[in-house]
Formats: sequence, structure tokens, C-alpha cells
Amino acid sequence: MFAYTIKRILWFPVVLAIISFVTFTMGFYGPGDPAMVRLGSKATPEAVERMREKMGLNEPFMYQYMTYASSALKGNFGESHSFSGRSVSELIVKKIGISLQLGLGAMFISLSIGIPLGIFAAIKQGTAMDTFLVGFSLFFYATPVFISAPVLILLFGVKFHLLPTSGWDGIVSLSAIMPIVILGFPGIAVMTRLTRASFLEVINQDFVRTAYAKGLSEYQVNFRHVLKNALIPLITIIGLSLATLVEGAFIAETIFGIPGIGRFAVESILSRDYPVIMAVTIITAFAFSLTNLIVDLLYCYVDPRIRLIK
Amino acid sequence: MSDSKSNIRKFWMRPKVIFAVFVLIVAYGGGIFSAVLAPYDYAEQDLSSVRQGPSMKHLLGTDFVGRDNLSRIIYSLRTNLIVTFAAVVTGSGFLGIFLGLISGYFGGWIDFLVMRIGDIFLAFPGLLLVILIAATIRPRLINLAREIEDATFLEGLVRWGVIDYVIVFGSLAAFGWVGVARMVRGQVLQLSQFEYVVAGKAIGASTPRILLRHIFPNALPPIIVILTMGMGSITGAEVILSWLGIGIQPPTPSLGSMIREAQNISILQNYPHMLIPPVLVVALLIFAWNLLGDAINDLLNPRSR
Repeated sequence: MFAYTIKRILWFPVVLAIISFVTFTMGFYGPGDPAMVRLGSKATPEAVERMREKMGLNEPFMYQYMTYASSALKGNFGESHSFSGRSVSELIVKKIGISLQLGLGAMFISLSIGIPLGIFAAIKQGTAMDTFLVGFSLFFYATPVFISAPVLILLFGVKFHLLPTSGWDGIVSLSAIMPIVILGFPGIAVMTRLTRASFLEVINQDFVRTAYAKGLSEYQVNFRHVLKNALIPLITIIGLSLATLVEGAFIAETIFGIPGIGRFAVESILSRDYPVIMAVTIITAFAFSLTNLIVDLLYCYVDPRIRLIK
Repeated sequence: MSDSKSNIRKFWMRPKVIFAVFVLIVAYGGGIFSAVLAPYDYAEQDLSSVRQGPSMKHLLGTDFVGRDNLSRIIYSLRTNLIVTFAAVVTGSGFLGIFLGLISGYFGGWIDFLVMRIGDIFLAFPGLLLVILIAATIRPRLINLAREIEDATFLEGLVRWGVIDYVIVFGSLAAFGWVGVARMVRGQVLQLSQFEYVVAGKAIGASTPRILLRHIFPNALPPIIVILTMGMGSITGAEVILSWLGIGIQPPTPSLGSMIREAQNISILQNYPHMLIPPVLVVALLIFAWNLLGDAINDLLNPRSR
């Protein structure tokens, strides 16, 4: 356990270094000259050359990468091309907060609806209710955000005028309802299916039979013995569903006009604002790796059987 | 044996399998025979009938420059079909299985290298990296293709959008292999312990023979499940890329760009017929692949049902 923890923690900065290197290389060889972008197309070649010198673009590749990486470690990701002269970090910080609220809201919805549905389906295994819930969740799982979003906008925004179709006034407002629900949809499906599968796996184990044998009621067995063990595998999914959430956020934020980091990334991609794209990629990759690290370690801690295998 | 045969017969009789196979045959059949089936060409504009609702002349109406929506959907299915199959066959299929087999069988530094590279791919936000790849490599590849065209007798690499297809399926394939490789590796580790593999080694069977004849066929069931499920997500990914405007480029139609064009609020208000058909097609397609994967999983791993 100790050796595994150390190994995982040592591996973490290596992953970050490689990620930043790959991202930097792509930005470096991407089309367009940053100095030219900064000055505009009317700049004279001499001015561009002076700018290149000033921005350090004439240094060797590795030197530029080291400079970039060391300032990125201090939270400085350079300056945006499109928002001339403004630092990327300053532009991003506020947006991360908004996206985080959105993501946590969606995560809350998928956990609080998905887990009970999964338990319910497992208890009713083999009945029409179970079949319905499984099919239903598969449909939601198969419906990407860019499909559900315009359809819901058409229904609730355009036809019935119930909810605002764009904008962001904080997490507790009408405008937050549609994006959060839409982002939570696929998560509900994943949680339902996994809770059901892992519940069914536990139900067939010996200790459950023992619990019944000593005369416990079905309720007591399900909620005191089975549930505790069935929820353990769900910890891993929280890490994985983060990836789905981030990708969904890109699209949901763009469609609903939410000034979060996802929409910013999409805009930066369309305007070829490489410093921003690189910063968003590195920050998201960092968040992914960190979550997965925590999830894996937590998993080992919660379920002693895993420690023995590793 | 007769038991597994009757299971397979039962499998084809299940309503969800029939439904999924029906949807896939209709959708991809439309894609394959698009040139015959589509009533109009995808780029044919009729500026006198713009943004019309469904009619006998245009069954699903027309878009903002008077192109027939039904024909565009049928051609989009062709685009999607090419990208999805190319990405799944090369990425998840070939790369994933090959890397999984060698990393599980040989272990040691090969295993370490393959799995750590996989870790790094998984650490990236997939969509962002694909976007970055598409944005940075595209201009270079197009220049390269122009040079190839000038130097050889090949023509139309750029004009027919071949480069776009290569970039889109290449960057999707680059991500598709990790999950499959991990799963295959796990299978190989388990199967290598069995007597028949040990026996194969003992009688001097070559390594490729052991891998392909002894291990691979037994690892096949979970591979089929994961590839079927993967078809759904790659289909979705192709649509997302063109939705973002970095996938297959216009005028080649794609479901993603059709949805993007239709989802503007003012268009939604006045012309909902532009949104519903492409959205429905994408949702059904992804749903059908997942449904099929689910049913195959039930067939091959009856315990998890």
C-alpha cells in the first residue's frame, strides 16, 4: 500500500511534465506566428522581428519550453492573443469558478438520482420496471449534450417559454436549471447502470445469504449490508465521469452562452488563441490526473482487498 | 454447443437486437448507397425555396440556401460511416488489440511503455487534444498533400477532403486504442496462465501462433463488446468535431454541422424542422450501437445480466 502510494505520487509530476511538453510542442508548431498575431497583419517585418526578440521566440525550442513550464508552475500562462496583452491566468480564473459550479451541480444531480434508481432497478431485477429503467438509462447515456441541449431549448425555451435559453446568473437561478440538468443526464444513466450492476454482484455473495439466514429483513440486508459494499466501485466512476463532464461542459457552455472555461476554450480554438488553448489543456489535464490519483488511492483505502492485489 | 447455438438464435430474436440492427442497417445502408438513394445532390442549391418545411418535393424541407435536408442527412451518414469504421478498425481494433496483446504477453519494459503512454493519453481531456491535433496538424498536412499532388499524378487529395478524413479518423483512432489495449492486456495476463497456452509453448509453437491462435480467440468476446460500445462513442465524437467546425469541412455534409446550423435560437423558433431530423438520426444511431453492445454483453457474459 505504502509503496503503491509513493509510486503513484511520484508518477504524477512525470505525467504533468509530459502533458505540458506535448501541449507546448503542438502550440509551438501550430500555424501562425505569435508575434505577427500580436501586432496585426499590417506590421512591418522589422517590427515583427523586434517583437519576436522581445517575446523570446528566437530562443531554442527547449529553452522556450523550460521558460514556459517554469512560469506555468507559478501560475503564469503567458498572454492571450485575442484579448491583447491580458494574462491568460487572469482571464481563466473567474471562468473556472463558473464551470466548477456547473460541474458540481451536474455531479450532484447524477448521483442523487442515479444511485436510488440503480438500487431500485436491482431490487426489482427481472421485472418490467427493471427493463424499463435499464433501457431508459441507456437512452440517456446515448444522448450527447449537443443533442439534448437544442431539443430542450426548443421545448422549454422556445415553445413554452418556461426557462431562459442562455446566460448565467449564478448557480441558484432559473438560467442554471437547463444546463445543469443536461450535463447531469448522461451521469444519471451511468450511475443507474453501475449501481444496479454492482448491487446485483453483491447480492449474490455469501455474506448476504448469511444475513438472510440470521433472520434479517430484506430492508435491513439491502441497506445495511449490500449498499455499503455496492457503492465502493462507484468511487472510480467519479473520476471517469469528470472527463464526460468536462467534454459536456464545452458544448453546454457554448450552447447556453455561459461564460465558463469550456466556452472560452471553444472560442479560443476558433480564434486560434494558442496560449489560452494550451493553458486550458494543461489545467484540465492536471485536474484529471489529480482526481484519478485521489480516486485510486481512496479506492485502495476503502476496499482492503485491492491493497492485496496491487 | 447446441446450447450456445440456441442462445445465439434467442439473441437475434430479442426486441432490442432487432431494433438496433434495423436502425443500423437503415442508417448505414443509406450511407453506403447515398449516391443512389439521395433525391438531390448534397450541394445542390435551390435559392427559390429556402428554409421550406417538409413537402412532397423535399421530404424533410430545405436549409438556408435551399439544399435538400434529407439528401444532406443521407450523405452525412456516409461521412459518419467512413470516419467511424476507419477509426474503430485502425485505432481500437488494430492498434488496441495489437498493443494489448504484446504488452500483456511480453510484460517487462514493453508493458510498462505501452501502459504508461496509455495513461498519458487518458490524462488529457480527449476532446481538447483532438481539437489541438486537428488545429495544428491540418495546415501542415494540407501543404504536404499539395506537394504530393504536384509531384505525382494524384489529384483531388485536398479538394475532395481526403485530408480532413485522415485528420479526423486519425485523431479519433489515437484515443480509441487505450481502453481496448488495457482490456486485452488484462485478458492476456489471465489466459497465459491456462494449461493450453503453457502446452502450446511446450511443444514449441511460435509466439505469433500462441498469441493469434491460442490467446486471441479466447479473448475475443470482451473485445467484441468493447468495440461495439466504442462505435457509439466514436460516432458521437465525429459529430461533435464537425459541430465544433473542426471535423469534416463543408461543403461535405456532416450531422454535426447540420445541427450547429439549426440550433440558433431564431432558427429554432421559426424552422424547427431543420433541427429535429439530424438530432434524431444521431441519437438513434448512438442508442442503437449501445443497445447492441449491451445485448452482446448479455449474450457473452450471462452473469452480468
